[in-house]
Formats: sequence, C-alpha cells, structure tokens
Amino acid sequence: MVTKLYKGHRVIIGSLNLIFLRPVIVSISHMNKIISFDKVSGILVCEAGCILENLIAFLDNQGFVMPLDLGAKGSCQIGGNVSTNAGGLRLLRYGSLHGSVLGLEVVLANGTVLDMLGTLRKDNTGYDLKHLFIGSEGSLGIVTKVSILTPPKLSSVNVCFLACKDYTSCLNLLSEAKRKLGEILSAFEFLDHDAMDLVLKHLEGVRNPFPSSMHDFYVLIETTGSNESYDREKLDAFLLHSMENGLISDGVVAQDITQASSCWHIREGIPEALMKAGGVYKYDLSIPVEKMYDLVKEMRIRLDASAKVVAYGHLGDGNLHLNISTPQYDDNILSQIEPFVYEWTSKNKGSISAEHGLGLMKANKIHYTKSPEAVQLMVTIKKLLDPNGILNPYKVLPPSLFT
Amino acid sequence: MKIMVAIKRVVDYAVKIRVKPDKSGVEMKNVKMSMNPFCEIALEEALRIKESGLASEVVAVSVGPSQFSETLRTGLAMGADRAIHVEAPENIYPLTIAKILKALVDVEKPGLLFLGKQAIDNDQNQTGQMVAGLLKWPQGTFASKVVLDKEKQVATVDREVDGGIETLCLDLPAVITTDLRLNQPRYATLPNIMKAKSKPIKKFTLQDLNVEIKSDLEVVEVTEPPKRKSGVILSSVDELIDKLKNEARVI
Ligand SMILES: Cc1cc2nc3c(=O)[nH]c(=O)nc-3n(C[C@H](O)[C@H](O)[C@H](O)COP(=O)(O)OP(=O)(O)OC[C@H]3O[C@@H](n4cnc5c(N)ncnc54)[C@H](O)[C@@H]3O)c2cc1C
Ligand SMILES: Cc1cc2nc3c(=O)[nH]c(=O)nc-3n(C[C@H](O)[C@H](O)[C@H](O)COP(=O)(O)OP(=O)(O)OC[C@H]3O[C@@H](n4cnc5c(N)ncnc54)[C@H](O)[C@@H]3O)c2cc1C
Repeated sequence: MVTKLYKGHRVIIGSLNLIFLRPVIVSISHMNKIISFDKVSGILVCEAGCILENLIAFLDNQGFVMPLDLGAKGSCQIGGNVSTNAGGLRLLRYGSLHGSVLGLEVVLANGTVLDMLGTLRKDNTGYDLKHLFIGSEGSLGIVTKVSILTPPKLSSVNVCFLACKDYTSCLNLLSEAKRKLGEILSAFEFLDHDAMDLVLKHLEGVRNPFPSSMHDFYVLIETTGSNESYDREKLDAFLLHSMENGLISDGVVAQDITQASSCWHIREGIPEALMKAGGVYKYDLSIPVEKMYDLVKEMRIRLDASAKVVAYGHLGDGNLHLNISTPQYDDNILSQIEPFVYEWTSKNKGSISAEHGLGLMKANKIHYTKSPEAVQLMVTIKKLLDPNGILNPYKVLPPSLFT
Repeated sequence: MKIMVAIKRVVDYAVKIRVKPDKSGVEMKNVKMSMNPFCEIALEEALRIKESGLASEVVAVSVGPSQFSETLRTGLAMGADRAIHVEAPENIYPLTIAKILKALVDVEKPGLLFLGKQAIDNDQNQTGQMVAGLLKWPQGTFASKVVLDKEKQVATVDREVDGGIETLCLDLPAVITTDLRLNQPRYATLPNIMKAKSKPIKKFTLQDLNVEIKSDLEVVEVTEPPKRKSGVILSSVDELIDKLKNEARVI
C-alpha cells in the first residue's frame, strides 16, 4: 500500500498513476480547527488542515499575523506549509518555519501519533525532532497539528518601488537597507528589466510606476513597524541617502494601501505573467547574493535569442527565481539549461531548491546541493521512520538509493 | 491663475472598517489613514492643469488635527506648490468646512476650487455644493472631464449623471468636484517627496479665519450593515418557485 498525501484540488504531479500502482490519498482538510491562541505570547495551536488564509484572518481579528505569507494562501494548508518549509514574502523579517514552528503532532508510517506539540520557545530536552518533519514533504510522517509563534500585527506599513541602474546597486541598496532601516525592514524583493517587461505585457491592470522610462533593475522594499511618523522618517532618510549615493535612479513611495498593492502586484504577478507568455522552465535557487546575477547573464549568453531569461526573487534572502520563458516547450532549449543550471549552482555553493522543495522531479538532483554523507544519513532516517516506503515514495530522495 | 484643492485625511480605502463596541463611531486606533481618493483625483487634475500651462500655482488645503499635515505633505509630494493647514478638531461637518474654505478663498483668491465629490468616511457629498453656494460661484459637480479655456475664462465640465454625460460651461472662478473616472492620480516620486520636505505648510486657526464651529448634527448611533446571509443551492426549479412564493413572497 502506498500513501500519497493530497489536498483539495491541487494536482501535485502529472503522472500519478504511472508511478503509484494503488495510491492511497490522505486528505486532512477536515482537520481545520483552531485549538488555542495565547494573546500574550502569540502562540497559535491548530490542526494541520487549516487553510493559511483562514489562519491569517483569524489572527487579524486578534491583532496578530502569520509569520509567513505567500501567493498560495487561499488554498494551501498550514500542514502543507510546514511539510514544504514554505518561505514566501516575510521570511526576511520573521525567519523560516524552522524558527517559528514551536511544535508538531505527526502521525508516523506505523500509525504512532508522535506528540511534539510544545508551545515553548525554549526547550532543550533531547533532540529537537520536529525539525525532521519541517520541509520533509510528507516523506517521514503526516503532520496533523501545528503550534506556531505569531508576531503582533503592526499598523505602520510602507512600500516603495525603486529603480536601480545595475545589479551591484541592488546589492549595495540591500546592505544599506539592513543598516538604515534595521528592525523595520520586512521585505526586499527584486526583479530585472525582462521580468518587468513581461508583467507589463501580459498582466492586466498592472501599473508601471515609471511610465516614462524603463530601467534595468527594480527593487521593492517594504517596512513594517509600530509608529507611522518614525518609520516614515527613517524610510525617507534612507531613500534620500541612497539617492544621493546614486544607488537609486528613480522611485515611488506608495501613499496608500491601494498604491502599495499595485507595487506588490507587479512583483507577485510575475509567475502568472510567465504562464501567459508560453512555456516556462522554472528554477528556484539559493545563491550567495554577490554571484547570483552572474548565472542570469551566463544563461542569457547560452540561450541567446532562443528564449527569454527572466530573473526575480527574494534578494533579501539570497533566493533567485530564474525563469526561462519560451513560446513552446523545447527539448533543445532544455538541454541548454540543464544540467548547466544545477552544475553552476553547485559549483557556487548554492542550493538547487531554495524554497520549493525537491518533490518527485528534483529528487535525483539532491546531490548537487547535499554531500553524499548527508544524503546517506537522510536515507537511513527515511528507512527508520518508514521502513516500507509508504509515505510519498520517490519524493525528496533518489529512488535508486532504496533498491 | 491659482488653483486651490481641498484635501481630507480619511481611513484608507482598503482598510476593513470596524465599528466601535459602544456604537459611537468607527474604530480609528491603529488604523491606516490616507488621502481621500476623490481628493487625490482633484489634486491630480489641478496638477495637470498647471502642467499644461493654464495655472500658475496649486495650493492644497486641509482642515483637521495636526496629523492632517502629513496628508498635506503627500499632496506636496504629488506636486502641489504649497499647503495650508487649518487646525481644527476632527469630525467637523460639511457646512463648517465650507465656511472655512470660503474664508480661505477670500484670502487666497484662486480662480478654481477643486474638491473631491465626497469623502469616503462620511459619504456626505455636500461640501463642494455648500462652498459654491456660500461663494456664489458656479459649480460643476461629479466631474469626469474638465477643459479650461483661459481666454474666455470658462471651464467646460462633463458630469456623469444617470442618463449619460451632462456638459456644463462654468464662468470662472468656479467650484469643481471630481468623480472617479476623471483621471488616475500619480505616484509620489522620490525627487518630489524630497522636494516636498522644504515646501511650506502655512497654519491657520479657526480664530484667524473667524469661523466658529457649531455642531448642527448629532450622531445618534453607528452600526454595521446587517450581515449578508449566505446563499443556498437548490436542487430543482420547483424548489426555487416554492421558495420565491412562500419564503421570499415575491411571486
Ligand atoms: C557564567 C555562565 C553563564 C551562562 N549563561 C547562560 C545563559 O544565559 N543562557 C544559556 O542558554 N546558557 C548559559 N550558560 C550555559 C552556556 O550556554 C554553555 O555553558 C555553553 O554554551 C557551552 O559551551 P562550552 O564551549 O562551554 O561547552 P562545554 O561546557 O565544553 O560543553 C557543553 C556540552 O557540549 C558538548 N560539546 C562542546 N563542544 C562540542 C562540539 N564542538 N561538538 C559537539 N559537542 C560539543 C560537550 O561534550 C558537553 O556535552 C552559561 C554558562 C556559564 C558558565
Ligand atoms: C501561487 C503560489 C505561490 C507560491 N509562492 C510561494 C512562495 O513565495 N514561497 C514559497 O516558499 N512557496 C511558495 N509556493 C509554494 C507553497 O509553499 C506550497 O504550495 C505550499 O506551502 C504547500 O502547501 P499545500 O497545503 O498546498 O501542500 P500540497 O501542495 O498539498 O503538498 C505539498 C507537499 O507537502 C506534503 N504535505 C501536505 N500536507 C501535509 C501534511 N499535513 N503532512 C505531511 N505532508 C504534507 C504533500 O504530500 C506534498 O508532498 C507558492 C505556491 C503557489 C501555488
């Protein structure tokens, strides 16, 4: 018997029945209750089937926010977020789920209900097992309950959309932002000229903040704090300084929430614009920031006019979303991209999957990022927790290591 | 010619409003405040007129507590040349605001006074009309297009009315209130935000303008609209007819 976790309407893999002979699909969407919320500590305990957006709405009423936010919030479940260690837009500020998840309840392959549902920020008793289940994509157990630390909702949010003349300016702007904005910096996103161009061409209702000129790079900065005039003063001083230093060539500051949403819409609309533009090869890479854009340039040289190379991502987290957009899918183009992109990333000590996981399609690529010894230990852990290989087989780890 | 634009600070359009438990009004603590969207459109139109060479100066004015000057700063960052802040308590009703604006017009002598057609907080849609009445100026309300003729000293205003578009010709000076489709307001760009820091905001008190606040209205209670009941999916036309007849009693 094979257990495949599947939720709601999201199709996870194309060729399900080719791989799984008699898959059993487990849905936990009925496990959608909030168990408790502590208004002093901000600790939320809930069942794993809660939809992220519902948790966000619940917390909003209490004056708190989830430490993660992503485009999929209307359909994804907190159990899925934990199992994929989802990153998203607020990681820069609130850190990864390895930091904010305080406890889990997990059902193991043999049916054991493993209670690790602590609500303590500090607990140094023994091995911290919950981390094994964060980001293991359902291959070690089924997450059924989650305890998570949520930060208070702060009322003062500023968004600015800036233009930079080159990638180095984006990097210098990032280090300036960390110093000058400090604790109020909550997002630092970037996109290049090709990404902007694509969004303006393919997405309806997008507003170009700089209608009179195109720039090579764009940066979206968000600040979140507790005092509007203090935050604004800080942001203005940072912007003024960066403009005088030539790090910014142009920029707008959103004056209301509607303008802020339009700025975010550009950044968040890139995946949709890519889908509309035709075929797309997607790579989600972590690369030391100073080298990150070299890959994009090399890829452009390799592919020349045959495809459009689009780069954007969470610059503040060193996470590049590299997308190669083509009118149709084409094996010749793919062979130009892979394995080059993985080899390049590996050589530069990056990760071939920053926040999207390995799943089925990239399980065999784990070697590009993890050492043989680390992979071997993972196999040992998988065999220990799931000796019959019934939980999400073929995911995460190369199937060849199990024969 | 000088153009004066009235600007109000309101709860941001995108904020979900919550009524205070004691029903005395809307919760304003820790709520994002922004420029009233219709005022933003009014200011944008004034700026466009100035940029086309038909006006020499745009003055933004606002009446309210000290934080209102932040909203004026936004107006300056969009491009207004200077601003006037009349310090006054919050929640003043349209007639008083209209009297204050009239007093400011007497000081500034603009050729055009722009206002939003309404503020999205109280939705009164009265100030523009009242100030036009007090000034005895012609008024073009709900403007969706404004064309200025400097030589003839007239403004041609298209208004969105129920039956279509009504076009008015107003002798200047005049009052124009702006509707949603007139224009799309610009973003405040960095250079303009920086420039705005050194633009002057002149302060007036109500005494300076010789206006007294008399509350001619009393708010009895503020409540939320009734919650919409969720719909039901019926299995047959017969069931629908039955419900329309016996539950909704409409047929
Ligand atoms: C004055 C004082 C104040 C302190 N205040 C705090 C405090 O405020 N908060 C707090 O959390 N703790 C506090 N501690 C405890 C402190 O965290 C630990 O003593 C310290 O972190 C352990 O580091 P160490 O190098 O001294 O390790 P050791 O004491 O040498 O070793 C501690 C344990 O770690 C193992 N170990 C050491 N090095 C390694 C290694 N490289 N690889 C694998 N295992 C290793 C050892 O075998 C041993 O089991 C305090 C300790 C002192 C003496
Ligand atoms: C529009 C969109 C935008 C996105 N943006 C981002 C982003 O910015 N950053 C980012 O990091 N990710 C992003 N993602 C990916 C997102 O993180 C994942 O889709 C989401 O977290 C997975 O949750 P889910 O409930 O949809 O899980 P599913 O897609 O249903 O499952 C994902 C994996 O987790 C396993 N799983 C699910 N639930 C459990 C459980 N309870 N216990 C054990 N295993 C389980 C499944 O078997 C599967 O292997 C985005 C996705 C979309 C569709």
